[in-house]
Amino acid sequence: MYPNPSTVEALEDAALLAEVQGRSLWADARTRFFRNKAAVVSLVVLALIALFALFGQFLTQYERDTVDFALMGANAHKGAPSFETGHYFGTDNSGRDLFARVVQGTGISLMVGIVGAMVAVIVGTLYGAVAGYFGGRIDNIMMRIVDVLMSIPFMFVLILMLVIFGRSIFMLFLGIGLISWLDMARIARGQTLTIKNKEFVEVAHATGVHPMKIILRHIVPNLLGIVIVYATLLVPSMIIFESFISFLGLGVQEPNTSLGALISEGAGSMQYGTLWQLIFPLIFFVLTIFSFFFVGDGLRDALDPKDR
Amino acid sequence: MSAILSVKDLSVTFDVRPQGAWPWTPPLKLHAVSEMSFDLEAGQCLGVVGESGSGKSTLARAIVGTVPTSGGQVNFEGGDLASMGPAERRVHRRDVQMIFQDPLAALNPRMTVGEIIAEPLVTHEPGVSREERKKRVRELMERVGLLPNLINRYPHEFSGGQCQRIGIARALILKPKLLICDEPVSALDVSVQAQVVNLLMELQRDMGLSMIFIAHDLSVVKHISDQIIVMYLGRQMEMATAETLTTVPEHPYTQALISSVPIPDPVLEKARVRPVLEGELPSPLAPPSGCVFRTRCPKAQNSCAGDRPAMQALGNGHFVACPYHQAEEVLAAS
Ligand SMILES: Nc1ncnc2c1ncn2[C@@H]1O[C@H](COP(=O)(O)OP(=O)(O)O)[C@@H](O)[C@H]1O
Ligand code: SF4
Ligand SMILES: [Mg+2]
Repeated sequence: MYPNPSTVEALEDAALLAEVQGRSLWADARTRFFRNKAAVVSLVVLALIALFALFGQFLTQYERDTVDFALMGANAHKGAPSFETGHYFGTDNSGRDLFARVVQGTGISLMVGIVGAMVAVIVGTLYGAVAGYFGGRIDNIMMRIVDVLMSIPFMFVLILMLVIFGRSIFMLFLGIGLISWLDMARIARGQTLTIKNKEFVEVAHATGVHPMKIILRHIVPNLLGIVIVYATLLVPSMIIFESFISFLGLGVQEPNTSLGALISEGAGSMQYGTLWQLIFPLIFFVLTIFSFFFVGDGLRDALDPKDR
Repeated sequence: MSAILSVKDLSVTFDVRPQGAWPWTPPLKLHAVSEMSFDLEAGQCLGVVGESGSGKSTLARAIVGTVPTSGGQVNFEGGDLASMGPAERRVHRRDVQMIFQDPLAALNPRMTVGEIIAEPLVTHEPGVSREERKKRVRELMERVGLLPNLINRYPHEFSGGQCQRIGIARALILKPKLLICDEPVSALDVSVQAQVVNLLMELQRDMGLSMIFIAHDLSVVKHISDQIIVMYLGRQMEMATAETLTTVPEHPYTQALISSVPIPDPVLEKARVRPVLEGELPSPLAPPSGCVFRTRCPKAQNSCAGDRPAMQALGNGHFVACPYHQAEEVLAAS
């Protein structure tokens, strides 16, 4: 039995008329990314770590700042990780539950990294794109400002700020936000210089599209690939930066904590045999950093413009 | 008939910094376009030919206003585009649209075809509703020979010829008065070139467009153009109707340009005299004195190095910038 010719025709017409969804470059990149095993595994690990930081608190009966007086003075043997006491990761020197503290430390460290990367992406990209697109004197002034900011020894200034204005998470975020976008601005500007000479930008200009719209519609989406890769690689370096400051004892303030602060404490009491105080934060730290690096690597391969 | 576009003494120079120069040394002047003057009648097509590097694209860019001019006027419908400020100019941009040589490079790879074609509409008629916009885009896609159901596809999914059709659709969505085509078929396969040229001719006729059509050889231009300008090193060498220019060119450069195109018929090809062009295009940074073509001209005389030859009117809209011009019957490839 054959369908009658008019139905066939109608079907063909329908097939022709249906709008075909195109494959954007983003979709292609996504496929490429998911083919990279290390990157996908790292992404899963990162997701788990994020879940741990968000909801880990519900898994333990202890608050992060409650001191377990039962263990007072006997940390070295009674505070060891155990399921019986409910201290899965053991306790710290003051008898506080390490699991709860690692949950919070991971959260703060992730937040520091992500805030730094977000500031870099938003401020750095727009700043660099504007400087590169307008060029000439505007570009000169804007990039010299970046040069000047970059020449300031930020670690030193941040430490001074933390000492003078007191240690607070806000100061830490401010300090990290201030430096993180500088490199990004340079990268975005460099990319903009090549993109703005492409003909599609000239078309937009010739059509009369407003310069700010050209930047947002034509320049930024085309440099976003590189920006995203750089941002994922920026997150771990921000985390390391924060850890270093906390390691010096200048980071977040007690009772709050970050992975860097926990590692610092753990390293300080290593000789008393409470190795778990170092190991657990360190595992989370290393896992986070490595996962970000692998994801960044995968993104770079997936978004690399040379492939196209 | 009145001219829709009237270009007077248009010059474009670029500042070029030699490599390794001190920041305070004054930049060199690159004369990309020098003292071009011509009129374009409404509804007509003006062809511009010249070797690559002769300033054709720069001329086009100066008219659409993406490079600053350094002298002269671009009178479009009475107003001088070259002397307008950016805001005033932006209003006029909807009437002058351009098609580019590299069709894929002229399309933003992150936007769908529908978004690309609609962009001029969004820019100049922001009040048009989403459905109306989509309807107009689909109509136009059909008009330029694209399946309208490809509206959500991305540029890299299309062939060169299709990309050029997308570019044409974008240029036409605002129903402009003047369309500038900068070598629109040079980057396309030979088999597709004719289709695109025919499409442009059809569209010009149907929409009453005035057009400037740029190419590096005459064979493409002569079918579509009413008038043709021959450019060399940023200057006009000869200007005439397409018919006159291809059959009785007067300028030695035009003659050389025509005879450099091989004729497919081997007998004719062998029989014809071919003044070949020797040497390279001189640098636009330091154009030769007098007639810029004298370094390669087979008829050059000592006096050619003196004053710049002015455009002489030979009547019938035929102008030539050579005092020693001489009509020569040339066999052109058809
Ligand atoms: N933005 C620019 N800056 C400096 N020189 C340029 C620029 N654009 C074009 N030129 C120079 O102007 C001359 C003419 O170029 P162009 O107009 O592209 O010629 P055509 O389109 O006829 O090949 C060339 O020598 C080219 O190097
Ligand atoms: S002016 Fe002299 S150099 Fe120039 S085209 Fe005429 S004959 Fe040749
Ligand atoms: Mg060109």
